[in-house]
Amino acid sequence: MSNVRTSAVAAVWLVLQRDLRLAFRRPAQLVQPLAFFAVVTLLFPLGYTPELGKLRAIAPGVLWVGALLASMLALESLFREDAADGTLEQFVVSGQPLVGLMAAKTLAHWLLTGLPLTLMAPVLGIALGVPVAAMPGILFSLMLGSLTLSLIGAVGAGLTLGVRRGGVLLSLLTLPLAVPVLVFGARATELAIVGESLMGPLYLLGALAVLGVTLAPLAAAAAVRIGLE
Amino acid sequence: MSELSVKNLHVFRGERYLLKGLGFEVRAGCCLQVVGSNGSGKTTLLRILAGLLEPESLELSWRGERIQPRNPEYHASLSYLGHDPALKSDFTAAENIAFHVGIRRHITSQDVRAALNRVGAEKFSDRPVRMLSAGQRRRVALAALWLTGSHLWLLDEPATNLDSAGQGLVASLIQDQLARSGLVLAATHQNLGLSGGQLSTLEIGTRGVSA
Repeated sequence: MSNVRTSAVAAVWLVLQRDLRLAFRRPAQLVQPLAFFAVVTLLFPLGYTPELGKLRAIAPGVLWVGALLASMLALESLFREDAADGTLEQFVVSGQPLVGLMAAKTLAHWLLTGLPLTLMAPVLGIALGVPVAAMPGILFSLMLGSLTLSLIGAVGAGLTLGVRRGGVLLSLLTLPLAVPVLVFGARATELAIVGESLMGPLYLLGALAVLGVTLAPLAAAAAVRIGLE
Repeated sequence: MSELSVKNLHVFRGERYLLKGLGFEVRAGCCLQVVGSNGSGKTTLLRILAGLLEPESLELSWRGERIQPRNPEYHASLSYLGHDPALKSDFTAAENIAFHVGIRRHITSQDVRAALNRVGAEKFSDRPVRMLSAGQRRRVALAALWLTGSHLWLLDEPATNLDSAGQGLVASLIQDQLARSGLVLAATHQNLGLSGGQLSTLEIGTRGVSA
């Protein structure tokens, strides 16, 4: 038997790969947040008014609140199963940096929920009267925003590991932290719809994403360690 | 020379001592069998040594050096087998092993097959773990342990759910490990069939600690 240790990068890649493959073995769980997002958004033309002019005015809020709640829906399962079956314990004793493994799990979560939600948003925007010219702006702002939401969510999911039925607590913990993302994201979308420059809020979304990428995996790893004790 | 040495291990649970001033040493190629009644702290002891739990105080030496239990180098040289076998029910036995050993060291699919053969799991290696019995899952977890090839094994009730052939398997895997001069700490009441020189027993209990 050869005894070559796996490099940290290779271990991170393996965890990412595993989470993606695991998710595709259970497509129903994958579709759930996306279906939720579609239903919530499409209920507004029915429940509020079919007039596109009025819908266009509320479109930024509807799209962002929908995306935020949909991404939250998938959060609870981020670490729960791995904690229950002992996988997280094995991560801790693997000798690989836990921060990297947590970052891989968070990235997988974003690729499976945040990214598809982002890609769906312009299509759903059409039902809310969003002009085609605003699509690139919506795509870009949601991409940055949903990444930050996944990162914030990972910290929350780590902190609520030890709590039974932590779903409500998880939302209470993460929603206040998600408010800046919601504010700047909706503002960027609004500017994109009226056709003005959205660079201001986009820069702020970018700054939040960078802050999240830097700090969230560290916090998530520390939270998971405590959660396992 | 002792490779693993533990001194002054204190653990509180609420208002009382769970482990008080525990100390022991394990030499290369030796097995320390931890016995004690339910709730005496066997699992706690193993989780502390795996760096999963923070004790009130501990002096841990590994290969002659004082270390913290959360040292990554130390983690890289140990395997911990807990109550939960850490298997994904949607993956096959082979996929689970490939992942769990793969994040620690490079392996090939032949290695995985060899490990599954070693534990008598070749017949169900391609079935999703969801469809396996508890004993079969335990065998898969043992295959991962064996294939990882760590120097130090921390085993918490390794023979749970296993039939008598499976218990023999656990004993023979431990003998393999000792033969390659590895160390084993096993919390089990099972007879491991080891000779006197290889085996020592640590009894921990609620009425104080004797070693």
